[in-house]
Amino acid sequence: MAITDILFYVFAFLTLACGVLVVANPFSRNPVTSAMFLVLTIISMAGLFVLLHAFFLAAVQVLVYAGAVMVLFLFVIMLLDLKEEERRKVKKLGLIAGLISVGAIVAIFVRSLLATQPGKDLPMPTAIGDTAMLGKMLFTNYLLPFEIVSLLLLVAMVGVILLSKKDLK
Amino acid sequence: MIESVNNWLNGLSDTQSLLLFTSIKAIGAFSVMMFMVAYTVVLERRLCAWIQDRIGPNRVGPFGLLQPAADGIKAFFKEEMTPAHVRKIFFTLAPMLALIPAILNLAVIPFGSTLGKQPMVLADLNVGILYTFGIVSLGVYSIVLAGYAANSKYPFLGGIRSTAQLISYEIAMGMSVIPIFLYVGNLNLSSVITAQTGTQLGVLPNWFALQNPMTFLAFCIFLVSAFAETNRTPFDLPEAEQELAGGYNVEYSAIKFAMFFMGEYANMILVSAMMVTLFFGGWTLPWFGLDQPATTPIGGVLHIGIFLGKVFLFLVMFVWIRWMWPRFRYDQLMDLGWRRFIPVALANILVTAVWLWWRSAQ
Repeated sequence: MAITDILFYVFAFLTLACGVLVVANPFSRNPVTSAMFLVLTIISMAGLFVLLHAFFLAAVQVLVYAGAVMVLFLFVIMLLDLKEEERRKVKKLGLIAGLISVGAIVAIFVRSLLATQPGKDLPMPTAIGDTAMLGKMLFTNYLLPFEIVSLLLLVAMVGVILLSKKDLK
Repeated sequence: MIESVNNWLNGLSDTQSLLLFTSIKAIGAFSVMMFMVAYTVVLERRLCAWIQDRIGPNRVGPFGLLQPAADGIKAFFKEEMTPAHVRKIFFTLAPMLALIPAILNLAVIPFGSTLGKQPMVLADLNVGILYTFGIVSLGVYSIVLAGYAANSKYPFLGGIRSTAQLISYEIAMGMSVIPIFLYVGNLNLSSVITAQTGTQLGVLPNWFALQNPMTFLAFCIFLVSAFAETNRTPFDLPEAEQELAGGYNVEYSAIKFAMFFMGEYANMILVSAMMVTLFFGGWTLPWFGLDQPATTPIGGVLHIGIFLGKVFLFLVMFVWIRWMWPRFRYDQLMDLGWRRFIPVALANILVTAVWLWWRSAQ
């Protein structure tokens, strides 16, 4: 077994284990613990991206999700009333709805995995981590989606400015 | 003896020799960094004493040079208080996280040209700068968690205050370096150094800090943001004992406190190394052909020496400014970050892009 294979299993296991601990940690119901496990999940996923030679994606994953988005998550969690959250009981309706949606997602996954044969006849992806190429693709083939996403961000920013203004005139 | 070692080295496969040399380089870089952390503390104390017309610590060893050993032993053997109300796991985790990002970031800094056949950088990533900023952004967690784990009011407020400071200046810092990479054309730190070789106007180095107004402005923004990111004066609000009752580290003592302290100095060294690489030509000097990769072992060692020398100058500046400047107020700090630096950095990117486009059209 090559070293990359071992690393793949290590990162895959970490991703899955930490992912489970985010939502179902038997030792703690503290939202901050969940958030920290989510950070670990994101970082192990970045490790998987590195194994696929997608260095840019890996770096941006850590920079944006682990470094920025999750810090804001933590901020919000810490400013909420955590005690109440820890005492909250699992509701029956929520449990059933959650189980149904998880089951549906698993069914879709299993079906699509069975329909294809994973890893068969696939060449190793090369050079998709190249930043220059990624930039060219974004500004040629995928220009419209790219612009639409930036418009979405602009709308969000305008919304924030509007909400933070004390009196509108 | 030497011959048998040579034979053994030549007999290794590529993977094996890569692993061997990378581990040697990693251990070497790590040891040098920790040594520098220890002696930057001494430098800080002696320089501060000198500025304030005192003598400073000179009792332990010759000229007080064994002071870091004494400090270290003291921090290890001091009684470690863990207050009853803290969240223990996060309380232990936070000081470790303070030190880890700076060490991880050593991997992409080119600290020399070549020594023998080995390039003096641990991982020459093609997304070098993104990796650096990614890891730097993880440094915030140590402060968030320290503030949260303490489970009392002042550390919590201090943690929130410092986190806001760090994430604000990260944005300014990240945007300030974009003009440099527009010039260089890719994100690799070694090619940043290659782009700074040679001289301009005959004698002046072709470093980005001196190359043109746009890159100089980028350097200024990066420098000030670096002070804010490493919690140094004039932006050391996280540890303002006098007026804000300290910060995230109020509940810490002994070696855990010392680890926050070491983390601050490790970050200072890292940020200095980044400034040297991005704006001051890394391991190069434009004269006597020192801007080309070394061909002899002596040249290789000399390049590492040049790099460490430049880093040392930056460290002296960090210390010097700490004892010369008063602290900013919190609103001034936020104002500077969000309303001055970010717009200026954005404008700088635009101007640089337009200038490069105009130049390429000529």
